[in-house]
Amino acid sequence: MDVTDVMDVVVGGGVVGLAVAWRLAREGRPVTVVDPAPASGASHAAAGMLAPVSEVTYTEAPLLRLGAASLRRWPSFAAELAADAGLGDPARALDLRADGTLDVAFGADDLAALDELAAFMEKLELPVERLTGRECRRLEPMLAPSVRGGLLAPGDAWVDPRRVTAALLAALHRLGVPLVRARVAGLLRDGDRVTGVRLADGPGGTGLQESGPREIGPREIRAANVVLAAGAWSGELLDLPVRPVKGQIMRLRSPQPLLGRCVRGMVHGAPVYLVPRGDGELVLGATQEELGFDTRVTAGGLYELLRDARELVPGVTELEVADMVAGLRPGTPDNLPLIGPAGVPGLVLATGHHRGGVLLTPLTTDLVLDALTAAGGGARETETGETGELAELCSPRRFQETS
Amino acid sequence: MDELTIAGESFSSRLIMGTGGAPSLDVLDQALEASGTELTTVAMRRLDPAARGSVLDVLRKRDIKVLPNTAGCFTAGEALLTARLAREALGTNWVKLEVISDERTLLPDPIETFDAAERLVAEGFVVLPYIGDDPALARRLEQAGCAAVMPLGAPIGSGLGIRNPHNIELIVEAASVPVILDAGIGTASDAALAMELGCDAVLLATAVTRAQRPDTMAAAMRAAVEAGRLARLAGRIPRRRYAEASSPMTP
Repeated sequence: MDVTDVMDVVVGGGVVGLAVAWRLAREGRPVTVVDPAPASGASHAAAGMLAPVSEVTYTEAPLLRLGAASLRRWPSFAAELAADAGLGDPARALDLRADGTLDVAFGADDLAALDELAAFMEKLELPVERLTGRECRRLEPMLAPSVRGGLLAPGDAWVDPRRVTAALLAALHRLGVPLVRARVAGLLRDGDRVTGVRLADGPGGTGLQESGPREIGPREIRAANVVLAAGAWSGELLDLPVRPVKGQIMRLRSPQPLLGRCVRGMVHGAPVYLVPRGDGELVLGATQEELGFDTRVTAGGLYELLRDARELVPGVTELEVADMVAGLRPGTPDNLPLIGPAGVPGLVLATGHHRGGVLLTPLTTDLVLDALTAAGGGARETETGETGELAELCSPRRFQETS
Repeated sequence: MDELTIAGESFSSRLIMGTGGAPSLDVLDQALEASGTELTTVAMRRLDPAARGSVLDVLRKRDIKVLPNTAGCFTAGEALLTARLAREALGTNWVKLEVISDERTLLPDPIETFDAAERLVAEGFVVLPYIGDDPALARRLEQAGCAAVMPLGAPIGSGLGIRNPHNIELIVEAASVPVILDAGIGTASDAALAMELGCDAVLLATAVTRAQRPDTMAAAMRAAVEAGRLARLAGRIPRRRYAEASSPMTP
């Protein structure tokens, strides 16, 4: 049996797995990424909202803390990534923009709900601005005239996740990180310890992309550490409380951008958002469906997204449909990610990011790096203070008595 | 509290929960626990009953009976299809029949609902139809063989309470199947009122799942349903125009 030995192996080549591998490679650690189709899952579907403030809900204060901490890390993360990938200005290369999110309300009921949310946000001392309907339309003239009011979260940002994963793949290539295009069939174990991964047979199976001839890829990769970043599929490899939550999302295209910032709102009680890109792309998202590993694009999903988006911005129906995909978010019971030591030596988790994978990527890489260096008795000490508290919120230990 | 019996099956809780609108499965789980519910309705559209870790797992873990519903259906045909899929997937012949007439009000369509109810009863389903607060329709559905009737207090998710208590009383008076107040509950006093009017149970979701503290509101609803039921059984005093001294003449 062919066996490869490395220090770290990252299972999963979505935005989280690729970013973890990139950060490890930057630290000079030999790392390998395994994924049958990198950058094609939830990261390919995601809108890339970096909007911890406008995403706030009454029961999810911990998620706000994680999001805010990760958003602060995004500018330096983007700058380092753009440099390593050989790209120019990071903001342009990744379409990283920090122009804020505008949450709008139409009916009197929606307005009352928005007022209540604004009061809650003020209590949390979040920087939000309450706007009248006309103020909203001065900021975003394409909004429907019936908009009654809005809430601007000026610090919220967004990024193009497809550009981020492309940049990560480029950076990994330049750093010489091997990318094994194979599905991981299981974890290798030696007693209590996880010692690597076993690769699946079959078509689309093995083959090192970077080095070595395609036909004789390794069947096993032995590693000192395995980082599980397999998103919605993480529960297939390990008994984890991670489930797929389907999201259908549509990309439209116009010669000129229709909006200057992210716009979101409730329509018939369902949330919808519109994310503008610099190149005229407009992302409409997203459904939330509990349908297992189903990734079919449906007529109902398409219809509901367009119907709701059109209520907010009537002009959307004039745009070209560029793309409609369904992705699978890795959902957890409390909507918080699972990051850190898995409780089994040799295994670190970086999964369960649900709707926040892109936003939480920089923070995730920090937490995983801390966990790996702590496990190796390295220079980094176990974090105290804020990062330590954030690590505690994401710790897989919180589910261990039940799972 | 005295037991609630629907189609020969007994429940010691008279609070039936819905799952819609919960921000996370953990929040839902805590709310269900606090509510003490033994019967919870789940929308079957956009749910794969075979998927691991779904809302159904949360209910199974708590040993709560699942009442599949046909939310999102606009025609009797769709409702029938959804009910049959639910029966096959969940192994239950119970169904909360919900056929809505339009998206803005989500009010039930009486014609489609009756049509579907008749056909589902014929296929051996235990049918619990969601209807407007219409005493005549409630009676007709009971005659058609429904196991309960579920009149609304106000539109779904509106939290407007019971807009026409008189009609709810008329439905209760005439019914010999359980009457379950469904939709419109905003806060605990609405649930208590439903029970005081003589309803056999209350079904609610949004009032709990979208509350700022869902588990606390669930506990409030549980207490309100119990209080309202006890008040109904106790028999309230008649309303009087003027005061009546309570102390001097009696022991």
